Amino acid sequence: MEEGDSSRPLLAVEDLHVAFHTPGGAVRAVAGIDFQVGRGEIVAVVGESGSGKSVTALSIMRLLPRATGRIERGRILYNGHDLLMLDDEAMRALRGRSIAMIFQEPMTSLNPVLTIGFQIMEPLRIHLGHDEAQARARAAELMRLVGIPDAERRLDQYPHQFSGGMRQRVMIAIALAAEPKLLIADEPTTALDVTIQAQILELMRDLARRLNIALVVITHNLGIVARYADRVMVMYAARMAEEGPAEALFHRPRHPYTMGLLRSVPRLDRPRAARLETIEGLPPNLAAVQAGCRFAPRCPARIEACAREPELQPTDVGSRAACWRSAEIAQGKIGRVAAAGAGEGTGASGEVLLDVRGLAKHFDVKLGLGGGRGTVRAVEDVSFSIRAGETLGLVGESGCGKTTVGRLILRLEQPSAGAISFGGVDLGSAAPDVMRALRRKIQVIFQDPYSSLNPRMTVGQIVGEPIEVYGLAADAQARAARVTDLLGQVGLRADMAARYPHQLSGGQRQRVGIARALAFEPSFIVCDEAVSALDVSIQGQIINLLEDLQRRLGLAYLFIAHDLAVVRHIAMRVVVMYLGRVMEVGEREALYREPLHPYTRLLLDAAPTPDPAVERARAPRLITGEPPSPLAPPSGCVFHTRCPVAEPRCREAVPPLVAARGEHQVACVKYQ
Amino acid sequence: MLRYAVQRLLLTVPTLIGVAVLVFFVLRVVPGDVVEVKLRGDGGAVAQETIEAERKRLGLDRPLARQFVDWMVGLATLDLGTSMWTDRPVIDEIATRLELSLQVAIMATLVAVLIAIPMGTAAALLRDTWIDYVVRIVTIAGLAVPSFWLGMLIMIGLLTAFSWLPPITFTPLWKDPAANLAQLIWPAMAVGYRYAAVVARLVRSSLLEVLNEDYIRTARAKGVMERLVVGRHALRNALLPAITVIGLEFAFLIGGLVVTEQVFNLNGIGKLFVQSVSRNDFTLIQGMVMLIASFYVLVNLAVDMLYAVFDPRIRYR
Repeated sequence: MEEGDSSRPLLAVEDLHVAFHTPGGAVRAVAGIDFQVGRGEIVAVVGESGSGKSVTALSIMRLLPRATGRIERGRILYNGHDLLMLDDEAMRALRGRSIAMIFQEPMTSLNPVLTIGFQIMEPLRIHLGHDEAQARARAAELMRLVGIPDAERRLDQYPHQFSGGMRQRVMIAIALAAEPKLLIADEPTTALDVTIQAQILELMRDLARRLNIALVVITHNLGIVARYADRVMVMYAARMAEEGPAEALFHRPRHPYTMGLLRSVPRLDRPRAARLETIEGLPPNLAAVQAGCRFAPRCPARIEACAREPELQPTDVGSRAACWRSAEIAQGKIGRVAAAGAGEGTGASGEVLLDVRGLAKHFDVKLGLGGGRGTVRAVEDVSFSIRAGETLGLVGESGCGKTTVGRLILRLEQPSAGAISFGGVDLGSAAPDVMRALRRKIQVIFQDPYSSLNPRMTVGQIVGEPIEVYGLAADAQARAARVTDLLGQVGLRADMAARYPHQLSGGQRQRVGIARALAFEPSFIVCDEAVSALDVSIQGQIINLLEDLQRRLGLAYLFIAHDLAVVRHIAMRVVVMYLGRVMEVGEREALYREPLHPYTRLLLDAAPTPDPAVERARAPRLITGEPPSPLAPPSGCVFHTRCPVAEPRCREAVPPLVAARGEHQVACVKYQ
Repeated sequence: MLRYAVQRLLLTVPTLIGVAVLVFFVLRVVPGDVVEVKLRGDGGAVAQETIEAERKRLGLDRPLARQFVDWMVGLATLDLGTSMWTDRPVIDEIATRLELSLQVAIMATLVAVLIAIPMGTAAALLRDTWIDYVVRIVTIAGLAVPSFWLGMLIMIGLLTAFSWLPPITFTPLWKDPAANLAQLIWPAMAVGYRYAAVVARLVRSSLLEVLNEDYIRTARAKGVMERLVVGRHALRNALLPAITVIGLEFAFLIGGLVVTEQVFNLNGIGKLFVQSVSRNDFTLIQGMVMLIASFYVLVNLAVDMLYAVFDPRIRYR
């Protein structure tokens, strides 16, 4: 099956229909998809959660959950042979040999009880019949190929001894082991930090080009594919909305959904808009799809014809779009498809609400069986202040201590050193009753809308609980009225109060989380990655909501996030953290326009932009290496091990945070 | 690893001292003593002097502190004293029964593991098929049926079918394996059924969970044969929780088989325990509690060590 003639596409999916049979009825996860992938081509499949992109990938591998998932119709041709006709053994022999796959979650995708070497050698033994010595030599070679240093020794280590980025490199090594012709990567970098994400993508692109492997990258992030993809396919609600060359799709989209998607992402390469444009509404429920265009209910350019389902039609720019009005879009008759927003947020009042001085948090940890103890310096000497009505952004990669800072402010952790004062009261020495009153004023919105709501409570009970606990309403009736009011403020209908969290979508749950925080009548909210688990179109809605609420209620936010573009949009000032320390603090415009610290520059450099022209023109990314362990932070400036402009003196002393330009502060020897 | 083992082994010492102190004082709180049971147990009128003399002989008249010191010193020199009822060394009393109880426990564990792992695995792999339903019914029954009752059924069955009953005197395995097994295989089966049911259900649910893990999908995506996906990738992870349960069940079987031993007329640790308690035989009770506590502690230690062997995340970080 390997030879195949080269005029044929490597992979052709024809009229694919996939359904999941659940007790609640059949969910049509993929409803008629056609596409082709050529030899050595890099194709991106973009879509929000539930759009059917991962299901399509698993269908190609024939790895759908056996009990529920079923391919109802269609053909999947690999080199002209229909994979759906193969028996299980023939399909198995193809998996990992001709078609390989990389998954999203590197932390759980490797078997914890088998060595890395064994796991890389396994496909070599199975598919190529290597013996132990051969396989081992080749595994070490593969480890070097994917950029893992000290390969020989690391072969005998276990997955938990590798970082997330390194594990994803191992996954790539496994996928490439038997030299497949097609590599499917399902959200390969979503779980990784932005600096690591850039490295992994570069690596995958280079290897695919070098080894002439066709690469299908599945992602929800338009930015990351702009640089790499030859072709892009946009999926929406189990159907293909638009498909075509990357240039055409990014610059001249012909489907309103693609247009909306491109507009609702906050972008670092464009001036910051006062308000994010968003796609209103929610994707349809795939267990009960209405007839007609699936995007129609959310589409601002909806017409009567949209009651019939459009098929993919060629457009003027060489792409194909499933929209009745794509020709009108091409003529420029339909421009704006995303809802526009109102004006700029409030200015900060100037009065300091929260002040953090010299904050530190150290955790004692045990190292292995009978081993010694170590100290993780999660937060070290962090100082900043937030004014009433202001949004302070706190950015950094995972493990930089940003979440710990949030938890310290919420008093979910006791600081090892330093002081936090809120409204002039020192939280460390406040009397219990004062503290109780203050707690109400400091609230939090969590990242995961799935696990942060009690599944056994209704939305009404969740939002009403703080009102009850703090006696904020005179009686049950007043409380119910207040709950209705709060739900209205976050854009939920009053009848949602009777529902349980599992009956809501991710975006709706996050709105409930916000309503719960508002129920306390707070003046300050810690938003810990509050939008990072949400789909792009929903993310914009929540950001706009947070800004509206700030304007109306005069709230101050500490907005903790790893997405620089989102932080630039919402925050007025930004703090950049690395390995527990503050690297740079500055006003939004100043910091993004002229970052002073080398780390901030690298972070901005690593962040992808959803524009193929910009992305392809840019020089290869600078950042290399991985953040060191917080158990043994480097001496001196903690960033010197990855800093492209480090000097010997960086190793000697920790540079203090000093004012470099007005209020713009930076902790780097170059500015001392 | 070795250092950890030694550390854990040393930590068992304070645990066992705690047990020794506790059992000593708890027994002294219980009213009555062995002498009264021995001399007045059958209602005969015995002179107070005789009782005092017997108490003196057994050392029960000495101050509590003195008795306690003797007990602890004895323990330190591995001397558990002599039974207050039979005047034979406690060690000997236990030793004669331990062989039998240990053998039943080991055999029951073997029966359980040999049945449970294939059964649980089959049920998980063939989830919601008739095989799974059969396994689920059989295992639920195993939890519901008391071992002694199953033991009685076995005895009745043997009697009616073959007009034969297992021998009632214990023959050590190394002397006459056939006679030994003829006696002990039946209680091992009776106890092993419930034990197998517990383990099989655990293996089933744990394997179902593991089969949903991302790394299983990875293994399939690599083209690993299904047989190896289960045997090599899934079972090794799924059996980890079973180790804990097997260990705890095993420790329970030493001394926990009071009624089952009665049914099969076995002279085991369980029976001895009941006897010693009903006779208020302090030294023997103390000795047996220490024995069973040591078993639990050692089995737990062994389980933790096995965990470390199977799970590299525990071995080194």
